[in-house]
Amino acid sequence: MTAISPPAAQPSAVGRARQWLRDRNVPPVYGILVIIFIVAILLDAFFGIDDELFILNQTILTNILVRSVALGIVAVGQTFVMVGASIDLSVAYLISVTAVGASYLMAGDPNRVWWTVLVLFVVGIVVGLINGTLITRLRINSLIATLGVGLILRGLLNATFENFAGSVPASFQTFAYGTIGPLPISVLVLFLVVLAGWFVLRRMRYGSHLYAVGGSEEVARLSGLRTERVLTMAHVICSVTAVLTGLFVVSRLRAGAPWVGTDGLYDLESIAATVIGGTALSGGKGGVWGTLAGVLIFSILDTMFNQIGIDAYMKQILRGAIIILAVGFYTFRSKAEQG
Amino acid sequence: MARITAGTATTDSFGLRAWQAVRAINPVYFIALVLLVWVGFRNPAFYQPDNFLTFLQRAAPLMILTAGQVFVLVSGGFDLSVGSVVTSTVIIGAILANNDPGATWWVILALLAGGLLIGLINGAVTTYLKVPSLIATLGMLLMARGVGLYWSGGAPRGYLPDNFRMWGRGGIEGLFGLRDFPYAVIVLVVFGVGYWLLLHKLNYGRQLLALGDNPRAARLSGVNVNLMRISAFVLCSMTAVIGGILLGGRGGVSIETGTGLEMQTIAAAVLGGTMLLGGRGSIPAAMAGALALELLFTLLNLLGLPKPLRDAVQGLIIIAAVAYTAYSTRRNR
Repeated sequence: MTAISPPAAQPSAVGRARQWLRDRNVPPVYGILVIIFIVAILLDAFFGIDDELFILNQTILTNILVRSVALGIVAVGQTFVMVGASIDLSVAYLISVTAVGASYLMAGDPNRVWWTVLVLFVVGIVVGLINGTLITRLRINSLIATLGVGLILRGLLNATFENFAGSVPASFQTFAYGTIGPLPISVLVLFLVVLAGWFVLRRMRYGSHLYAVGGSEEVARLSGLRTERVLTMAHVICSVTAVLTGLFVVSRLRAGAPWVGTDGLYDLESIAATVIGGTALSGGKGGVWGTLAGVLIFSILDTMFNQIGIDAYMKQILRGAIIILAVGFYTFRSKAEQG
Repeated sequence: MARITAGTATTDSFGLRAWQAVRAINPVYFIALVLLVWVGFRNPAFYQPDNFLTFLQRAAPLMILTAGQVFVLVSGGFDLSVGSVVTSTVIIGAILANNDPGATWWVILALLAGGLLIGLINGAVTTYLKVPSLIATLGMLLMARGVGLYWSGGAPRGYLPDNFRMWGRGGIEGLFGLRDFPYAVIVLVVFGVGYWLLLHKLNYGRQLLALGDNPRAARLSGVNVNLMRISAFVLCSMTAVIGGILLGGRGGVSIETGTGLEMQTIAAAVLGGTMLLGGRGSIPAAMAGALALELLFTLLNLLGLPKPLRDAVQGLIIIAAVAYTAYSTRRNR
């Protein structure tokens, strides 16, 4: 990303545009986002099942954003963990726990919203602390540790609940369906989460520490960082975003069921969106703006598939292929830039 | 695991040497042994040869799948597509064979060819497009399951003929004086020995371990890195097809057949001391890890725990076992 291009005497307009984007650290994934957006418009124009173009339909455009909220919030947390060269597979199960817990504890009563939300965030912090402790103190590989924690959460949840339990009060559903002017509240929340993520990663000392730990834990420790604390904190942040996603999901569905998190594939898709956004699995680089683009790519594809009437299973196949190709394009390109 | 302790052995007491010898044994064997004794304690009939073979028949698919996963793991990758390949093997096998016993053989060949293709794609995407294997095989997880479900329209369709299903549930009557000697156990032994030879006795395995340990050093010493990586993925995917044939035989056609198997195989392999990101691993120990997991499921069933709680206990055991392995490797250093 930071490769210095050879000084050309008369850079072309494209070259200057690229330089401009590079100077402002725009992640290259935005190029893919633009390409996919254009392809989606063209496919919609030629193969759409209705005559209307989605690009001109404000409802559909808003819907693309709303679709991104659930995955987007948790993907910001996943980005933190992955910048620290770790990974979190327990988020999907934590989302289920939050969704079921919220509707069960609130039981339709508006007076119980606040303390329920508080309890659930505490649960999220505890899960994050457990993940972080297993990985940093007991030195368990993050993939295995968070998978184990996920299995424990799933087991406890499924042993207690079998189906939809309770419901959230109508006032709580404002989170998912309310709007401020033309802007949905949920989209605003997503934007604030991304902004907060950017601020913490790029403007606060903690962010630099996390990049240092992800780049090389050994070097970070030798230069005096308490690497265990830094990484544990990233896991806490990730679990908290999972809780927030769970609250959004249950506010949309009105009641939570034990399968809402795992059926949404939030664990694997948040990882995929983060990697597509340019955060390396090996840690130490990337950021939340790239992740946001990765999430938007998924939502645009989903919308386009609906517009041109693609079968649900064919969607899965295309999704898989696009994840591979997008990451392939990205890694291939960065290899080429490195020379 | 087997670390050689530096040489004052002559002055050590017998007890200390015996303790060191025990310490050198991979802890997964003790875990499996304890579980084996515990299960037998709860249900003495478990040790009767017929019952034990039935248990092995049930454990065979996971053990074989784990052995396949080990090849990818020691080369430094992951294969998350195992479960989807198993599911699609069963679904597509049922559609293709459609209860026609005459079709069984070419269907099995076609399925294996499919596994070969999937492995080649996984390998090529990881080596040539440089996509991390976690992401490449995650994409394949979606694609392989998508193809199976698209073909069948989302619900299982067709039947597996009896001579297809016999591999998973049938056996040879009267062999060794037993009621029924399961084919699955024979397949298990053949693949277990074959994969052990391949990884631990042949040059191929040494090169693969060297590659996982240090890709750069391996390349400089003349290992064809790309070919080795791709071959590991091919081996794993084709093993997944074999596992699918066994599981489809035992349980019939279902779209849930392979769900979660990718993580179970990785957990079993890690339980057996396989190091994630490559360089170290053992086929017998990984298979013992898979056996231990299956014993654990049996035990939890005998103890009368509801099925969901089994997930939770499984998670706890995996964390505890891996924490112990990590701790003992650190201490040995």
